[in-house]
Amino acid sequence: MKKSKLSLLLVLSLVLSMFLAACSGGKDNADGDKGKTDSKKKVSQELRLNIKTEPFSLHPGLANDSTSGGVIRQIYEGLTRIDKDGKPQPAAAEDIKVSDDLKTYTFKLRDAKWSNGDPVIAEDFVYAWQWAVDPANQSQYAYQLYYVKNGQAINEGKAKPETLGVKALDDKTLEVTLENPTPYFLELTAFYTYSPVNSKIAKANKDWYKDAGDQYTSNGPFKMVQWEHSSKIVLEKNENYWDADTVKLTKISMDMINDNNTELNMFKNGELDWAGMPLGQLPQDLLPQLKKDGSLHTQPIAGVYWYKFNTEKPPLNNVNIRKALAYAINRKAIVENVTQGGQIPAMAAVPPSMIKENEQGYFKDNDAAKAKEFLAAGLKDLGLSDASKLPTITLSYNTDEGHQKIAQAIQDMWKKELGINVKLENEEWKVYISKLHNGDYQVGRMGWLGDFNDPINFLELFRDKKGGNNDTNWENPKFKQLLIDSQTESDPAKRLQMLKDAEAIFMDEMPVAPIYFYTNTWVQDENLKDVVISGLGDVQFKWAHFE
Amino acid sequence: MVKYISKRLLYMIVSLLIIITATFFLMRIAPGNPFTSEKKLPPEIEANLNEHYGLDKPWYVQYGDYLVRIVQWDFGPSFKYESRTVNDLINDGFPVSLTLGLEAILFAVAVGIVLGVIAALRHNKWQDYTAMIIAVFGISVPSFIMATFLQYIFAIKLGLFPVARWETFSHTVLPALALGATPMAFIARLTRSSMLEVLSNDYIKTAKAKGLSRGAMIMKHTIRNALLPVVSYMGPLAAGIITGSFVIEKIFGIPGLGSHFVLSISNRDYTVIMGVTVFYSILLLVSILLVDIAYGLIDPRIKLAGGKKGE
Repeated sequence: MKKSKLSLLLVLSLVLSMFLAACSGGKDNADGDKGKTDSKKKVSQELRLNIKTEPFSLHPGLANDSTSGGVIRQIYEGLTRIDKDGKPQPAAAEDIKVSDDLKTYTFKLRDAKWSNGDPVIAEDFVYAWQWAVDPANQSQYAYQLYYVKNGQAINEGKAKPETLGVKALDDKTLEVTLENPTPYFLELTAFYTYSPVNSKIAKANKDWYKDAGDQYTSNGPFKMVQWEHSSKIVLEKNENYWDADTVKLTKISMDMINDNNTELNMFKNGELDWAGMPLGQLPQDLLPQLKKDGSLHTQPIAGVYWYKFNTEKPPLNNVNIRKALAYAINRKAIVENVTQGGQIPAMAAVPPSMIKENEQGYFKDNDAAKAKEFLAAGLKDLGLSDASKLPTITLSYNTDEGHQKIAQAIQDMWKKELGINVKLENEEWKVYISKLHNGDYQVGRMGWLGDFNDPINFLELFRDKKGGNNDTNWENPKFKQLLIDSQTESDPAKRLQMLKDAEAIFMDEMPVAPIYFYTNTWVQDENLKDVVISGLGDVQFKWAHFE
Repeated sequence: MVKYISKRLLYMIVSLLIIITATFFLMRIAPGNPFTSEKKLPPEIEANLNEHYGLDKPWYVQYGDYLVRIVQWDFGPSFKYESRTVNDLINDGFPVSLTLGLEAILFAVAVGIVLGVIAALRHNKWQDYTAMIIAVFGISVPSFIMATFLQYIFAIKLGLFPVARWETFSHTVLPALALGATPMAFIARLTRSSMLEVLSNDYIKTAKAKGLSRGAMIMKHTIRNALLPVVSYMGPLAAGIITGSFVIEKIFGIPGLGSHFVLSISNRDYTVIMGVTVFYSILLLVSILLVDIAYGLIDPRIKLAGGKKGE
């Protein structure tokens, strides 16, 4: 009888002690962590941030998403690099010559080394570019190299990879021949698909890029020393980098935590030095609070949030109706009360960082009077007496609280200003995109981000009716011709004017209603200086340091 | 016994085949594919990818190929993570989820049974009420609120544990508590009600009448019988909990298997969807079988093979 009581007691105390052990063990460790962060603040040049998810691939030729790009940008270097002022500067190349017809570029490479000490040679570029366009390698971003002669033909299997317009004249000279004159080619060479690959290693081991280790070599300011898949990536300063004296950070650790609230909590708790974009994200509902306490940073980026109109579905096939809808939106109210991240009302398609005048745009925000005029004209075209005779318009978006709030606000504005009935409809992301790409919608929200710093990024997708990303079924021969002509125009001012003319046509026909230009929002350790975020929203830590 | 187990194994294979077939077709019916994105791929690149992954073949060929690969335990490459195969994802993620899950189960079972026993023995006294209030909280508070709450109190306010990530033991404490809270509460309630039922049985009165001590009576006659429902709950619970929880793993930034169940679907990562579904189904079916076998061990009245044969 004593024995059984004793055993019960024993079990209970065991459970209790395990529980206590768990608690006290945790305490020690947490304290240990704290000590570390405190001393870090004083001297250390170690940066801790969050990249949310496992990158798709850290092979520069395969990467096609912002997470992979965010890592690769720190560890690789292309022929050019976008500098602090957003201009491409010679990087892996030290001298660049362009032929008069703008079709041949000759790059003189500087004496640089891979992180393992191998020299960076012209063959590394030739190999990397040929590899990326070779259809056998399944690169989803192969089309970034279509500007180089034969790029598209090779990817379509109509030519051999060796015929790509890139040649190593000697170890230090690279000659690139383009398909067409490409005025923004030096912007492109800074893009990661154009990065070199250590050909000596890659030829010997096709899986070199799948893990950190001595096979993974890079030529940028940092090198990858650890990659715990789905958990963490650690970069360290690359001592073999040609400009290593400029690089102050000794280490960058990138966690993969896919929860906005946790990310912010870790920042507040001193476990991260940076929370938010471009690599992570802040919880939207806490933005006003962060803004109020002065810790929120915002910076406009080259991206636009817009509503696409399916120009083949009545009544949206009528330009006046489209314009009425676009003009009646109160964008200021949306960015101030709904999105609250310092976004800029968009009355144009191309972001102001590419065309300065677009801060004003092509029409007035919330222009109810004009909107009503267009509505009246539109109704007359359709032979209807008033707006209530219009069929209900369906506004679609992918399921997300943020998009929903914007859609509700706009639904309300269209009802109030124009008397048009709007039905909201939301779907899961991939279902939604498929519907949009198939033209199975009336009005649908979409976002567009530039890949490189040129207005063509935002106009090109509407060049062809079946261009893949057009979705609006809109096409205009004058618009198309201007875009085609702009490709061969070597005078930058004239070319910009052509693109502006094209945009004017676009905004006059209004196949999309722009809503706002995106911003990056983040909070950071205020001692961290010189983090460079480009107009495209890409981050570089080459110059960053703690004070 | 052998006959029983082999019969059960056969049923398991049939169930698995049905699960695989249903998942395979549901997945293909869903609009979109792994390469659907806001920036549409040029058609030649998409065609090339489809060919590479065999998505251009007729469905019955793909289905057949897939069955063959499952038998070989090769789930293929992930679409979303180019450097990884589905086997990599499972091999890396499962140990993490398993560790976390076992901690959570240990916590749930230990605390749950103790709470339940105390509540039953002190029926309708304050100990009972306290234990049941804790249990009701555990059941009714969703795990994401529990997780956020624990994170806020113990990590941010008290600084006892780190907010998130998966590194040392202290990183595992909060997620294990958050994950174990609901099953703990469930086990406490199950234990309590079955204890009460057992305590009212005639044989307990007999034991008392025989002059058996309260301790011996509880340990030998009550708890053992009262635990049967808990054991049957343990099977599916264990399979569910050791394969990871999407919510808990997301909030605490844990690189487990749980997130793949949800994210693979929104990514249309076909191979990962199939891989984790098959893996989970096998675990679930095996754990149910184990529970049934454990029944026979705990309660000799239950005969597995339906007769005296083989016993």
